[in-house]
Amino acid sequence: MSDTLLRVEDLSAFYGEAQVLRNVSLDVAHGEVVTLVGRNGAGKTTLLRSIMGLHKGTRGVVALDGQSLDGKSADKRARLGLGWVPDNRGIYATLSVSENLSLPPVVDKSAAWSLDRIYEQFPVLHERRDFPGTKLSGGEQQMLAMARPLRAGSRLLLLDEPSEGLAPVIVNQIGQIIRDIKAQGVAVLLVEQNVKFASTVADRHNLLAQGEVVASLDNDEFHSRTTELLEHLGM
Amino acid sequence: MTQFLQYTLQGLAAGGFYALAALGLAVIFGVLGVVNFSHGACYMLGAMISALLLEHFSLGFWPALVIVPVIMFFVGVLVERLLVQWLLRLDPLYNFLLTFGLTLLTVDIMKRQFGVSSLKYEVPAGLGGRISLGSVDLSIYQLFAAAFAVVICLLVWVGLTKTRVGMIVRAATEDAERSRALGINVARWVTPVFGFGIALAGLAGVLAAPYRAINADMGSNFIIILFAIVVIGGLGSILGAVVAGFLVGLVEAYGQGYYGQLSQVLIFVLMAAVVLVRPAGLFGREEAA
Repeated sequence: MSDTLLRVEDLSAFYGEAQVLRNVSLDVAHGEVVTLVGRNGAGKTTLLRSIMGLHKGTRGVVALDGQSLDGKSADKRARLGLGWVPDNRGIYATLSVSENLSLPPVVDKSAAWSLDRIYEQFPVLHERRDFPGTKLSGGEQQMLAMARPLRAGSRLLLLDEPSEGLAPVIVNQIGQIIRDIKAQGVAVLLVEQNVKFASTVADRHNLLAQGEVVASLDNDEFHSRTTELLEHLGM
Repeated sequence: MTQFLQYTLQGLAAGGFYALAALGLAVIFGVLGVVNFSHGACYMLGAMISALLLEHFSLGFWPALVIVPVIMFFVGVLVERLLVQWLLRLDPLYNFLLTFGLTLLTVDIMKRQFGVSSLKYEVPAGLGGRISLGSVDLSIYQLFAAAFAVVICLLVWVGLTKTRVGMIVRAATEDAERSRALGINVARWVTPVFGFGIALAGLAGVLAAPYRAINADMGSNFIIILFAIVVIGGLGSILGAVVAGFLVGLVEAYGQGYYGQLSQVLIFVLMAAVVLVRPAGLFGREEAA
């Protein structure tokens, strides 16, 4: 088994004529937390959608555990272990919290968290289990969105701006959850604008500007060059 | 008061057909993203097939109540497999046009075969006549039709809320793309859901057969009202379709009873009022920014 879980190579994405991603390459190892940092409109969400197979106009390689995902539908990719956590949280209003959790099919029995384990880790979800999903607060919805792929046994979480719109104390909680997830051996590809938050949870960083990865660095380097890098990104 | 109760019952009976058909329209739209313009034609076929079963096979209302939805289910499956599925990847407008075309085709074929005059159908034995409740005189068949539609809607509701398939249909109805991204093979449910939605329209047709004029054109007005119902209830909302179905049935009946020619206008006044106050419909969700 190679150490690389997700490999993205020369990925380009288009909206009609407009190119939003230019030859993006990055990889995520098993159990690693890797970020993609960039400002609004840099192409972060498009990259996650392309990896998930939701964006139609793409070119390049996306491979999970050495297996190319080319031509595979989104549901097939999810069943191979990709856990989608969209930027709007993607909670179903017409489903209760517990239904939201049990909706995705279990993809890996040995890795899947039981409902009990989810509720132990996220007591608030247990309290609210019969509530409609969208009656939760923003932070609770984010927890639910992250717990959902864990329940399914995903190997890699694709997190789209989990800190967005949340109070600092909640953001800290989300950060702790990401570290817990990592401790369980689940890898995370985190897309963020919040650089400070990203630096507290991740092992490595990729900086995205105008659809291109302009720098890839480990967390120490990232810390020491934060100001300079942010200027470079125009953030 | 007597009149009011009669109109109410009339409205609930008509609302029953609307609710059943709108429910079918809502699940098809939800899971496939297809606005099925042929839903009115399917309702018409449901009624026509009931009349033909009676004429040629002496199969009355009760057998029709079972046979017609089954036939319509397979008609739906056939149409989805042969035609609709090829257009699912394209702009939703293509399937709208396809089902519009199918409607014109179906209506004209039926006109050619059976003419424009209405086919005969009897109120089933045991459901004819009227029942007196105090000073109020109610049609037994309308009572039955309203109750039957409520029961079917409840059964569908239980199926949607208590089963895994139902949960998947609800999730896909709310957001099909997201459901796929969570690992659900939505494509597997597309054909049965389309068949099921068409079967519900057919069932509404059977219920309408005993007391509406059965002819090739009976679906044309029906589909317009169905679209009004979907707008009032909220596009993509299953509960909204059912509630708005009964609501529109009632408004139509009160309109017919109290204001004669205004009944159809009232439905669209209601629609306009709902859209003004809640643009996404009574149970629709505003798109998140």
